[in-house]
Amino acid sequence: MTAPNDRNDNGGVPVPVTPAGASSGAPAEHPPSSPAGRGMFGIHGTGDVSGFGGLVRQRKPIEETPRPYGGYFDEVRDALEEAYPAFGDAIEKVVVDRGELTLHVRPERIAEVCQVMRDDLALRFELCSSVSGVDYLGADERRLHVVYQLTSMTYRRRVRLEAAVSAEHPHLPSVTAVYPTADWQERETYDMFGIVFDGHPNLTRILMPDDWEGHPQRKDYPLGGVPVEYKGAEIPPPDRRRSYQ
Amino acid sequence: MTTSNYATERETTEGKVFTVTGGDWDEVVSGTDPINDERIVVNMGPQHPSTHGVLRLILELEGETVREARSVVGYLHTGIEKNLEYRNWVQGSTFVTRMDYLAPLFNETAYALAVEKLLGITDEVTERANTIRVLMMELNRISSHLVWLATTGMELGAISIMLYGFREREYILEIFEMITGLRMNHAYVRPGGVAQDVPDEAIVKIREFLTMMPKKLKEYEDLLSGQPIWTERTQHVAVLDVTACLALGVTGPVLRSAGLAWDLRKTMPYCGYETYEFDVPTHTDGDVWGRYLVRLAEIRESLKLVEQALDRLRPGPVMVADKKIAWPAQLAIGVDGMGNSLEHVAKIMGQSMESLIHHFKLVTEGFRVPPGQVYVGIESPRGELGVHAVSDGGTRPYRVHYREPSFVNLQALPAMAEGGLIADVIAGGASLDPVMGGCDR
Repeated sequence: MTAPNDRNDNGGVPVPVTPAGASSGAPAEHPPSSPAGRGMFGIHGTGDVSGFGGLVRQRKPIEETPRPYGGYFDEVRDALEEAYPAFGDAIEKVVVDRGELTLHVRPERIAEVCQVMRDDLALRFELCSSVSGVDYLGADERRLHVVYQLTSMTYRRRVRLEAAVSAEHPHLPSVTAVYPTADWQERETYDMFGIVFDGHPNLTRILMPDDWEGHPQRKDYPLGGVPVEYKGAEIPPPDRRRSYQ
Repeated sequence: MTTSNYATERETTEGKVFTVTGGDWDEVVSGTDPINDERIVVNMGPQHPSTHGVLRLILELEGETVREARSVVGYLHTGIEKNLEYRNWVQGSTFVTRMDYLAPLFNETAYALAVEKLLGITDEVTERANTIRVLMMELNRISSHLVWLATTGMELGAISIMLYGFREREYILEIFEMITGLRMNHAYVRPGGVAQDVPDEAIVKIREFLTMMPKKLKEYEDLLSGQPIWTERTQHVAVLDVTACLALGVTGPVLRSAGLAWDLRKTMPYCGYETYEFDVPTHTDGDVWGRYLVRLAEIRESLKLVEQALDRLRPGPVMVADKKIAWPAQLAIGVDGMGNSLEHVAKIMGQSMESLIHHFKLVTEGFRVPPGQVYVGIESPRGELGVHAVSDGGTRPYRVHYREPSFVNLQALPAMAEGGLIADVIAGGASLDPVMGGCDR
């Protein structure tokens, strides 16, 4: 078993010594760990003269969209509000962006909301198309978001539910009782993000090996690439190359 | 418990040696019920000729009846979704095309549609680019269904159909090679349009294909439809009704074979599918036989779509006009596949410094995509192929998740197999048409 953070070896790839005076045309590494990472013109540091490399992007908090939303979104919201008495408590935010409706749901309420979304005659989201996760590391205190894409075949509508949990307490109820199709998709989300779906019948890893350590899709989990040698130049793995913000 | 009951020990020069006798085994064996406990656990795969790829099935059998079936996936997991986060948005198409390797153009198109929606340029994609996308996707649907027909036939013992199916698929792959430079893993559909225009020779070849294919379909039907072994192996086998399909999230031909005409090309159209004339074939039995008929009928519908797309091809650009998004090079097919056109290289190296700068910036850095998230679903040969793409405003995807129909549909295998015969596990599993490259990503 390869530990994910064990990055000092070169994956068994022999690394030749760079000939004296050779310059490498490799993509600049940030920061260069060896003279081989120096750019073509003997540049130190990132070699970034555009200034883009030093930019730090500020992530704007997601804001609630004011009504009316347009399209079927108002109808969906009204129907859910009517059918679900705890709407005010369960729904944190309603966001409409790029023609898609996102309901931010309190994590402990997600199974209830799904039940209403599926069963109410005015909503009828019969199909849970997709369950997956997103890790908003550094942008959100509850950094792990679970995203559910629901499809109503009756009304031909789509809605996204989003529930955010913290990495310290990554628990929320499983929706497998409402949507059995979420079974494997919740397992994948657990596998990749370490989000625990309480009440899932068999929450085990699905894509990674059973004894794998860590959750690969988290943003603080490295890619795990190895440097590649090409014509004497060593090209750093993608997650250690200079990146444009 | 003392150790002496089960293992006597004695001292030797090498150390202590235990002799295990296991004296309680008679007791253990007498506790079993010889009538009801004749269950054996059989492991199939991951390397098995009939599991449709590196799928592992663990079957609990009672005689020939399957009592429990569990599938194990993940053998082909390559971390494509994670890798995407370390490359720019355009490079993403070269990764996603490798997921479902039998339907690469669907992976690419779904990805391109998601990126375009994030950029807000969906309406700016040119008419010709959309028509080419439809053309390529429908050809790809035919080739994917042909592989399904070929492999399923082989798994059920019909070897000839395997040869025929792959033979006709080869013809489509040749068309792909003419257009994209590659038989598979094309990276042809890019955010903003397609990588390059369709050459005239390819149009001629597609026209030939359109006249040839209906005859071949007739041959397949002559070979299989009336054949008693084929009908016995498929009719009323691995039945899944609409309720079960919806609960388990099964879409595509399997859902349509149960009677629900749910096809995203009709219900939530994209790429201009709403302007094409085609039918959504359905069947009512929800068995393997129904799925076979639906797929054959879908090949015919795809032929119609290809013909309409060819008729609509009008000269015009195949990439959005925005030079901040469109790949700067005019690509051309060389002897070793697709690459930069020599004219473009001559221009940026010899004539225009600005072009060179522009080319360099866009290729190394890529374009920025405004922050947000979108979900796009398209109808792949296996069902709803969804892309959930998240951008944080940078030049690389923040997160891309593929809702893979192979992955979701495979959950239905226990529901199909349990209670049936072990031979029908093969027929049922094959009828789901799982592609493990897509399933495991």
